[in-house]
Amino acid sequence: MTVDSNSPDPWKEARALIDAPGGSVNIAHEAVDRHVAQGHGATVAMLWLGKDGSRRPLSYGALSDASARMANVLTAHGLTKGDSVFALMGRVPDLYITALGTLKAGMVFTPLFSAFGPEPIQTRMEIGSANVLVTTAQLYRRKIAAWRDQIPSLKLVLILGDEAPEGCVALDPAMAAASPSFETVHTEPEDPALIHFTSGTTGKPKGAVHVHNAVVYHAFSGRHALDLTPGTIYWCTADPGWVTGTSYGIIAPLVNRVTMIVDEAEFDLDRWYATVQNEKVEVWYSAPTAIRMMMRSGAEAAAPYDFSSLRFLASVGEPLNPEAVIWSEKVFGQPFHDNWWQTETGGVMIANRPGMAVRPGSMGKPMPGIEAGIVEHTDAGLEPLGTGKVGELALRPGWPSMMRAYLHEQARYDKCFADGWYLSGDLAMRDADGYFWFVGRADDLIKTSGHLIGPFEVESALIEHPAVAEAGVIGIPDETAGEVVKAYVTLNPGYQPDATLEKELRGHARKKLGPAVAPREVIFRTTLPKTRSGKIMRRLLKARELGLPEGDISTLETDES
Amino acid sequence: MTHADLRAAFLDTLCNVAPDIDPATVEDDEHIQDDLGLDSMDVLNLVTALHEILGVDIPEADYPQIATPAQAVAYLAKRLG
Repeated sequence: MTVDSNSPDPWKEARALIDAPGGSVNIAHEAVDRHVAQGHGATVAMLWLGKDGSRRPLSYGALSDASARMANVLTAHGLTKGDSVFALMGRVPDLYITALGTLKAGMVFTPLFSAFGPEPIQTRMEIGSANVLVTTAQLYRRKIAAWRDQIPSLKLVLILGDEAPEGCVALDPAMAAASPSFETVHTEPEDPALIHFTSGTTGKPKGAVHVHNAVVYHAFSGRHALDLTPGTIYWCTADPGWVTGTSYGIIAPLVNRVTMIVDEAEFDLDRWYATVQNEKVEVWYSAPTAIRMMMRSGAEAAAPYDFSSLRFLASVGEPLNPEAVIWSEKVFGQPFHDNWWQTETGGVMIANRPGMAVRPGSMGKPMPGIEAGIVEHTDAGLEPLGTGKVGELALRPGWPSMMRAYLHEQARYDKCFADGWYLSGDLAMRDADGYFWFVGRADDLIKTSGHLIGPFEVESALIEHPAVAEAGVIGIPDETAGEVVKAYVTLNPGYQPDATLEKELRGHARKKLGPAVAPREVIFRTTLPKTRSGKIMRRLLKARELGLPEGDISTLETDES
Repeated sequence: MTHADLRAAFLDTLCNVAPDIDPATVEDDEHIQDDLGLDSMDVLNLVTALHEILGVDIPEADYPQIATPAQAVAYLAKRLG
């Protein structure tokens, strides 16, 4: 397949991968129902592996019925097209059914990472004006119940299982009573389908809006970046609470009619190796942190397993170090192929694609139909840079899965574009052969275990503690996680900087933010480096932490002590 | 070290890695990830800290054997014994 960038409709051929009956595009139809209509209802869509060792296959037919029931449950509660459905749960079948049922009903789906603490959850539900939350009784009690009434838009809380706390509805009986047939709500290609939240350097998280037409690119990139073909046994280890786990852990695989493995459990070395071997995984999409955890235990730990089923391995989330690429080829017989994209792009933009020679340490080359450049900000506007120069990685907008808005944040959205480019915020360079290499973030965002963390959200939680006067949060390099979150704080009068308080602050942050976002270390300072306008200079904290040049410090007013 | 000492040392280390946990409420059969909310980076930090405090090097393949306080105490006792 080709994408002719000079054509007025470059994605015409890619659209052949979807059905789009009567010009309507609905992700759930493309992912599930059309396969059933075409006689593939008995094919296993999803093989779910429970933490307890259980193994539950769900066919495309079963997924179609269950998502129809979910759509009926939602509409029976008076919800209509465009309403906002949030999911907060682990990787259980109900999560996938909720996603597809929501899309079928023409509503907008937002997955949240279940390990988030109450604050990130509340902030995102407020920004997204959540109408429905689907979650578990335990998560509801621990993280939601205390502030539920503060979300006026919230009309319905569905609780997995047979029983629900007061004010909530139990999902299982509602599903059992609902009809397994539902006429998919007519959605236009540009109707909103998904909102994924991403962190900002300053201010609140941003809700990136994606439309149903994104499915064209999910289908295309699933095929051409990951080699997903009908019948492929595919395992994406990402959680749908992050964009990879939705784009490539739900939509792209189902649209390409693969059998996807969903593992409820977290990383566990032997469980993972056994899963690849026993389920005969052919395509495996994972992340550098997990790959480095495998490396830590050495080739010996992998030796007893048979990995001959593997055909293609890919990695995303942060740059995959060359050692990990080389190690994986030795151990699995296939190298992990790094690729690059963002919440905003909705799909893989730059990749070491199947059939391409992997260049270890590089993110690969732009996908067909994607134009990428390295640009520099000058007084005259953006200046494209040549080979070997470091600048901001930018993309020519126009592919189907590009975000269409940040919710209620037109100005921040507009700031992402200039001179006909989308600006990624990542620094990179292109080599003479056209391969792109990640250099760093152009801003203060922290990449830890493949997740993008906004320092502002962490600082805000820290200063809510009565002891903390000011906080500056940075990412410091870590051999396993890429970066880990580290906080510098100053204290209010009457508080002693000691180990007990350090522990208390970490505990406070974990309760508010969850372990993925909270700092792993808190350092006490008397003052923090600040600009004249009072902004904490995170860049300077980081340069000093790493022993790097301090750069331009002309705006420094108060120094650190 | 007695089992009680080991249990205390394990809980102390656990709650230092994850200070949101109140050691007084931890049950012996609670799973450190599923019930107590540790993520995989926390588990790595826990293993590193246990190594520093008790001198026990825990290989990756043995992580499932420290998944609950009860299992961890039995495992550490065996390794130290």
